[in-house]
Amino acid sequence: MSAFWREYRENWFAVAALVVVVLVVAAAILAPLITPQDPYDLGNLNLADARRPPGFIGSEGYTHLLGTDAQGRDLYSAILYGLRISLQMGLAAGAVAMMIGATLGILAAHAGGRVEQAIMRIVDLQLSFPAILLALVLVAVLGQGKVPLVIALVAAQYAYFARTAYGAAATERQKDYVEAARATPLPGRRVVFRHILPNCLPPLIVVGTVQVANAIALEATLSFLGLGLPPTEPSLGMLIANGFQYMMSGRTWISIYPGIALIVLIVAINIVGDQLRDQFNPRLRR
Amino acid sequence: MLGYVIQRLLQAVLVMLAMSALVFVGVYAIGNPIDVLISPDATQEIRAATIRHYGLDLPLWRQYLAFLGRLLQGDLGRSFVLNMPVLDLVLSRLPATLELALASVLIGAFVGVPLGIYAGYRPESLVSRLIMAGSVLGFSVPTFWVGLILILTFAVNLNWLPAGDRGPTVEVFGVGWSFLTLEGLTFLALPALNLSLFKLAMMIRLARAGTREVMLSDTVKFARAAGLSEFTILRRHVLRLISIPLVTVFGLEFGSTLAFAVVTETIFSWPGVGKLIIDSITSLDRPVMVGYLVLVAFLFVTINLVVDLSYALLDPRLRRGGRAA
Repeated sequence: MSAFWREYRENWFAVAALVVVVLVVAAAILAPLITPQDPYDLGNLNLADARRPPGFIGSEGYTHLLGTDAQGRDLYSAILYGLRISLQMGLAAGAVAMMIGATLGILAAHAGGRVEQAIMRIVDLQLSFPAILLALVLVAVLGQGKVPLVIALVAAQYAYFARTAYGAAATERQKDYVEAARATPLPGRRVVFRHILPNCLPPLIVVGTVQVANAIALEATLSFLGLGLPPTEPSLGMLIANGFQYMMSGRTWISIYPGIALIVLIVAINIVGDQLRDQFNPRLRR
Repeated sequence: MLGYVIQRLLQAVLVMLAMSALVFVGVYAIGNPIDVLISPDATQEIRAATIRHYGLDLPLWRQYLAFLGRLLQGDLGRSFVLNMPVLDLVLSRLPATLELALASVLIGAFVGVPLGIYAGYRPESLVSRLIMAGSVLGFSVPTFWVGLILILTFAVNLNWLPAGDRGPTVEVFGVGWSFLTLEGLTFLALPALNLSLFKLAMMIRLARAGTREVMLSDTVKFARAAGLSEFTILRRHVLRLISIPLVTVFGLEFGSTLAFAVVTETIFSWPGVGKLIIDSITSLDRPVMVGYLVLVAFLFVTINLVVDLSYALLDPRLRRGGRAA
């Protein structure tokens, strides 16, 4: 572990990205403590404060560092609360998709035969179909809310995990140690969980990191299209969408600041994921 | 070869059947279409009559069979909201989306491939690093955000290009096209650029990886020994050798370009099928949703089939056993 961290530290760019991710997560968790306003409490919103530029001192007496949106929400507060939702959705979808996908992939590799054929056919078919359309339709059918959104994101993403887990498990399957474990009277379940699964984890972690970023981007896109969460609890995508109509009239901050927060988070997670991929890749090992 | 073709065709038909069933059940069975069709203050008799008229009192499998039967006759149903056949509706919007998708694919090819070759030819140079950083951004930054920035920069601040809509079109073969006039092109520019970013990033990566590999090969050594200029080597040898995977990915990507057009068309109010599906989702226009999805599924199954069959033409091993070694 410490050797792993020492190697990670050599890439200052990846370290910076990790620091950014940690800071953003911390800010999202601590949002109620470090923001002047609860943007989801409609009683706090004052329409007289709506669409004010950054630096405006509102009716509550504090400075709106990043301005306010069309409902009079303090944008700085709304962005931190929005990050909270984005991270929740991304992590929940990533975790569930990883569990389902890894189970399917390893099951396919372990069972072989018809089960393998059937599972991987479906997975491949789904990979060739664009994730965004699938998520779009599911959200449209299931309705708005956090649970339908996570279901849609999971359905759009589990196939990547299944492919990765299958690839890793199919390679492990041929190795001698698995052969040896199978020759013992241990139940098949134990071989899978204690021997195959741990060796499939590194690629799954890499895909997981990138897929969390993708889930966040996908959630933002759906919200931007008006198909994500209800408008009373705006996520970053919805904040951007709401600001879009005011952009033409020069009130750009309503869209720009939530967008910057979103991009910084996604790019930082992707950089961390890239570094992990390089470190887990045995071909790049020194 | 014939056996392989038949096997693949049957597979495609099966997949198509499964997809149509999924779409049908997904869109019709979840939620209640009756609530959308009938106003809440309708009398009990009108309710019952409407339910019978649309066949909604039948069991689900019979509804599906009826749907399938109409589908095979090319009848995708009528839009609840616009009250016209779904097929006509989708077909009337399709040219706009095709034009957009084609333009973005062309940008991806003619800009992305040269940049990628350069980045693979001089991997250590500053320009190459910038190109690669750009391609990382192209992969990770969401399309809708780039669209906003494009509008903000080129339409609002610089005022060079229009921010949305399709502008004037020229009628050819009864269909309006934007790319034939200069003004139409200005309307096409931003959405096409927006939609092309993902492909651009991918082409850069693929071309770079391919070029780095080919540059080390004997082909290039011999070409250099023969005294060919570096540019000729790149154009005549490297480009040709890396083009096979590029073309494959291109074919596969064209389908997902049509899907991603949903986002771009919404931002730029481009009147294509992507905007149609978003509008139909927000107005709960189920027949349009089903019709669009069935068409998209058909498109994907066809693309996959064509790719599989052309592989079989190119790779003799596939022709016999039906399975690659």
